[in-house]
Amino acid sequence: MQQPNRLRPFFENISFDRKDNEMVINFGPQHPSAHGQLRLILHLQQEQITKAHPDIGYLHRGMEKMAENMIYNEFMPTTDRMDYIASSSNNYGFALAVEKLIGLEVPRRAKVIRMMLLEINRLMSHLFWLATTALDIGAMTVFLYAFREREYLMDIIEDYCGARLTHSSVRIGGVPLDIPDNFIHDLKEFLDKFPQDLKDYEDLLDTNRIWKMRMENVGVVSKEMANSWGCSGVMLRASGINWDIRKEEPYELYDEVDFDVPVSEKGDNYARYKLYMAEMRESAKILYQTMDMYKKTVENNETALMAHAPQYISAPKIDIMTQNYSLMQHFVLVTQGMRPPVGEVYIPTESPKGELGFFINSQGGPYPYRLKMRAPSFWHTGILTDLLPGSMIPDVVSIIGTTNIVFGEVDR
Amino acid sequence: MRKYVPKDDVQKKSYYTDRFWVAPQVAKSPVESDDVFASDLAAIKAKFEVIDSYIQVEQMVVVINPADNYAVAQILKDECDYNQLSECSAIDWLAKKGQFEVFYQFLSMSKRKRVRIKCFIDKDQAVESLNPLYRSADWAEREMYDMLGVKVNNHPYMKRILMPDDWVGHPLLKTYPLQGDEAASWYEVDRIYGKEARDIIGPENREPAEVNRYDTERFGRLGHEVSRGEEFKEDQAAKPLGYQEEGGVFAVSKFQEDDAVVITDRKR
Repeated sequence: MQQPNRLRPFFENISFDRKDNEMVINFGPQHPSAHGQLRLILHLQQEQITKAHPDIGYLHRGMEKMAENMIYNEFMPTTDRMDYIASSSNNYGFALAVEKLIGLEVPRRAKVIRMMLLEINRLMSHLFWLATTALDIGAMTVFLYAFREREYLMDIIEDYCGARLTHSSVRIGGVPLDIPDNFIHDLKEFLDKFPQDLKDYEDLLDTNRIWKMRMENVGVVSKEMANSWGCSGVMLRASGINWDIRKEEPYELYDEVDFDVPVSEKGDNYARYKLYMAEMRESAKILYQTMDMYKKTVENNETALMAHAPQYISAPKIDIMTQNYSLMQHFVLVTQGMRPPVGEVYIPTESPKGELGFFINSQGGPYPYRLKMRAPSFWHTGILTDLLPGSMIPDVVSIIGTTNIVFGEVDR
Repeated sequence: MRKYVPKDDVQKKSYYTDRFWVAPQVAKSPVESDDVFASDLAAIKAKFEVIDSYIQVEQMVVVINPADNYAVAQILKDECDYNQLSECSAIDWLAKKGQFEVFYQFLSMSKRKRVRIKCFIDKDQAVESLNPLYRSADWAEREMYDMLGVKVNNHPYMKRILMPDDWVGHPLLKTYPLQGDEAASWYEVDRIYGKEARDIIGPENREPAEVNRYDTERFGRLGHEVSRGEEFKEDQAAKPLGYQEEGGVFAVSKFQEDDAVVITDRKR
């Protein structure tokens, strides 16, 4: 127990145990590199961590509870607040789960637009990851550069849906809008410049001595550990497991585009950093292809953006305004909500952070009976329990950084 | 007479359902239609009782006895190569059947297949922890306990994970209201100021849309503003609305309602 006096003030965040020289410190929940509201209770021997207890729940908003009290379309904006760095990917995960539950086929143009949004979100998320992790480790310049590029992407997204952070840009059954006229042009302009930007970051970081010291052989996740903790996304691929849901269980048009899945055997922070960089290049590759696919849909005059399923999806605006029955359907769908069939689905998608799954149990009512969101960051936070012991205090920051956890998603 | 509100499920209900409406079902196909799933199911069936099994939306669902959950997971992991437990949680069926439905979502990367194992347990029954097989069960089971109160045996660190340790009730139960229960409305008062301050502070307002025009501490009424905390009088004279400084600000002169010209003739 501490005995405070004038020379030794009371440290409310630290407790000393004189007996075996063990110190217990609180890391967070307000630590700037805790990426939100993570509290770690760390047991230390000197500088080395012997035990770590991640404590979460500081951002818990009860989304699963809210989902049980909302009609399906009403819940869509709430999913934005999960992984708020890449909110379209959450919108999409939820929309896809409901579509699979209903058994809807989304029009091709909507699929292409969704893929564009998803990949733009992936780029935004990875750039944000790079910026914040580099800042945590002390590379201020990279932070500024990466945020600049992210800003361009947010502008592009803003052109599409009007929002920069919480997009709600996907609807159950398709997308609400066609892309604006300048969208392809702006995106192309950005993508043409992007490889040079990536090279700039890599020039700053790849062989940077401090960066390498903080990243190489730090936070090594073994294959067994990654599997056992249910890791996904980059956390999994950095440990040598080649598993990308876009490739293995393709959704949308990912089976039509050509892209590689970067994998590393090392499992350390540096491997994860390299994978994020490589994934950004792959995303850019996919975006180029989606632009061509979009042009083809224009040539083929495939204009539908929402699936045609009057029982579940409102008719296009023009029908609602001109046809009586469409208006009635729309009114019922907005006030009472759609009623998906009785059944259960679990639909995983590859969000920028990893496997984002939505489990929906529907009892045929307009409110889901149970909705469970499988957020990748939840398990990537859990793994800190096993990952941190043995490493040093400064490594905590870089390990939290490369796990790429977002607390909107961990606590939901 | 007041409308009867069921107490065992206080979640939002549809206000209108057509009396002839029959809910359609998501199609289920027999497990035999998929070879990989069929062999996995055979491996489970060889040792344990399978209550129900089917394929729904490309995933196999197997209902087993709750006592077998650990052993079945072991078979899935060791014999069938399901290397990840991607999700585990429960569904509250207490109102309908008095049971919880615990589900485990497994993934096999070598087969590219996903399986959901389910078991039904009674209210006070516990399930065995899968933590020795899959570390991901550690947090998933803690969340399951925290949210629904499903107890797990032999868990290394059974503690609430999202809610505070001294929280009363389990939020995802159907009996738990969306706005929180009685204990929730006193939680912060008790924690910060102590129980003795309850009379002074009052319960927390957990209704996000509440507006109380008589509460002059937190709300004001446009045109009828009173000072903070002052008593609200019903017959209070209306104050004219003004959004600008008296003399106007730089380059903008103050709008004077009396000087304004009201156009009555639209063809003027």
